Amino acid sequence: MNELDQLYQQVILDHSKRRIGSPLVELTEGLLHGESHQHNPICGDQIRVRVELDDQDHFTSMSWEGDGCSISMASASVLAEMLPELTKEEFLGKRDYFREMMRSKGNFEPDEDVLEDAAAFVGVSKFPARVKCAMLAWVAAEVAMHEAHK
Amino acid sequence: MHTMTGQPEALEALTAGEVERIKADFEILEHQVNGVDVVYLDSGATSQKPRCVYEAEQHYYENANAAVHRGAHSLAVEATEIYEQARETVAEFIGARTNELVWTANATEALNLISYSMSNASLGRGGEAAARFRLGPGDEILTTELEHHANLIPWQELAFRTGATLRYVPITEDGALRYDLLDELVTERTKLVAFTHVSNVLGTITDTQKFVDAARKVGALTVLDGCQSVPHLPVDVKALDVDFMAFSGHKMLGPTGIGALYGREELLNAMPPFLTGGSMITVVDMEHAEYMPSPQRFEAGTQRIAQTHGLATAVAYLDEIGMGRVAAWEEHLGAMLYEGISKIDGVRVFGPADAQRIGTVPFEVIGVHPHDVGQYLDSRGIAVRVGHHCAQPLHRALGVNSTTRASTYLYNTEADIKALLEALGSVREYFGV
Repeated sequence: MNELDQLYQQVILDHSKRRIGSPLVELTEGLLHGESHQHNPICGDQIRVRVELDDQDHFTSMSWEGDGCSISMASASVLAEMLPELTKEEFLGKRDYFREMMRSKGNFEPDEDVLEDAAAFVGVSKFPARVKCAMLAWVAAEVAMHEAHK
Repeated sequence: MHTMTGQPEALEALTAGEVERIKADFEILEHQVNGVDVVYLDSGATSQKPRCVYEAEQHYYENANAAVHRGAHSLAVEATEIYEQARETVAEFIGARTNELVWTANATEALNLISYSMSNASLGRGGEAAARFRLGPGDEILTTELEHHANLIPWQELAFRTGATLRYVPITEDGALRYDLLDELVTERTKLVAFTHVSNVLGTITDTQKFVDAARKVGALTVLDGCQSVPHLPVDVKALDVDFMAFSGHKMLGPTGIGALYGREELLNAMPPFLTGGSMITVVDMEHAEYMPSPQRFEAGTQRIAQTHGLATAVAYLDEIGMGRVAAWEEHLGAMLYEGISKIDGVRVFGPADAQRIGTVPFEVIGVHPHDVGQYLDSRGIAVRVGHHCAQPLHRALGVNSTTRASTYLYNTEADIKALLEALGSVREYFGV
């Protein structure tokens, strides 16, 4: 596979079209909810992420709306699929692992049990200009989580 | 070459053979990117530099480096000569007198120089001589909706600082300037009209005469953004009849870090300075200072001497080829781009079809984000710009967040354009849309 095909793996192109978790959904009563709007001024990509958590610090849902490249949109879709039922701690662990992969410049063999479809983003790490695209939804989800309240 | 107004005359374009010989002067264009020959179509962002430009800088450092306008030693004298000779060369290139050309870091600084000088005048600096540059509540600054942020934000800030109002000439949904609204928008309240000569996104050439005529009628100052015109068209500031013009060296084969502001002599000499300090004064005591006339009054601190020499070398290089012929070649490439891209299924070009344009064309591949388009093209060695190109209001008016922009220069061949057109034909298939 050439570098471009590693960047645009089929699973990424599929997610960029399916956009799991988009558009935003109405809030559920009784849950904690938080929202974050993130913007990449370099390319104009933007995303609004809404997360909901229960009283035991478990995510129950992530929904989002955004405008951006296939990498940023696919990353949001993958995360929205993965997030429900994770605890805050589990999410932060995966976030650290994902970021480590993104900073690896391609020298990384991701554990698919940890990252699921997000493992496909390993090819992105060879393109430093695109790492921000892949991280955008993760950053938004984390900010939304910290701001979550009833 | 110095009598034209920016509308290219029907000069014979460069021949394909000449372009090949020109291209050979650019070392970087012989390199490969991602295993393929580089096709550089991002000159609107910054141009590549011929060997003679950086060799001139090297020569300066090896033979003449010293601070200018101070020191009596031989090197200082030689450095000063090189620095002032560069001014003369670049001033002549745009049809200005030597003392009407102020060195700045780039066009952005040149535009900010006017903006801050006018704020200073509005605070009373410069006295009665600077009355013309004062702004206050009730006064208006007029710009346009298609400006680069560098010709918008300095005027927004000037309006905030002085209480003046910023207005703008809107564009149509195709991106054409609404000249028909000029009479309505330019009134006795208008003190300054700032507009671009060539849109950095659309590549379209402004009918500057309409702006100048409207401004003259009410005595408003005119500021032209020449960033995308001076590198690509014959430009003569006297024929254009503008009061100020800003441009950047790095977009016209010169080094980064050097640009210039043209201003009419009598205006520059009446304006209070922007940056102050060494080299721009005559007499200083502990309470106040007297300032040099233009251009020195705007050149505080140690200047970018090697860069001015590099830029003058670039200008001599362009002058030898002839800007009229450069413009004719790029008009040809621009038409190839516009027509070629228009014909590709699922790709839409932006900008009015009937406009005069340089070799700059923005487009959208339907269903594929510009960032992804740029990445795909990069894998084939083709360098283009993606994003909002520092013109968010323009993109908003076009109804998009971002575009992909191809922009040429004199070293681009027809083969470069064909490579882009061919690659664009397969983008949608690659991304499965």
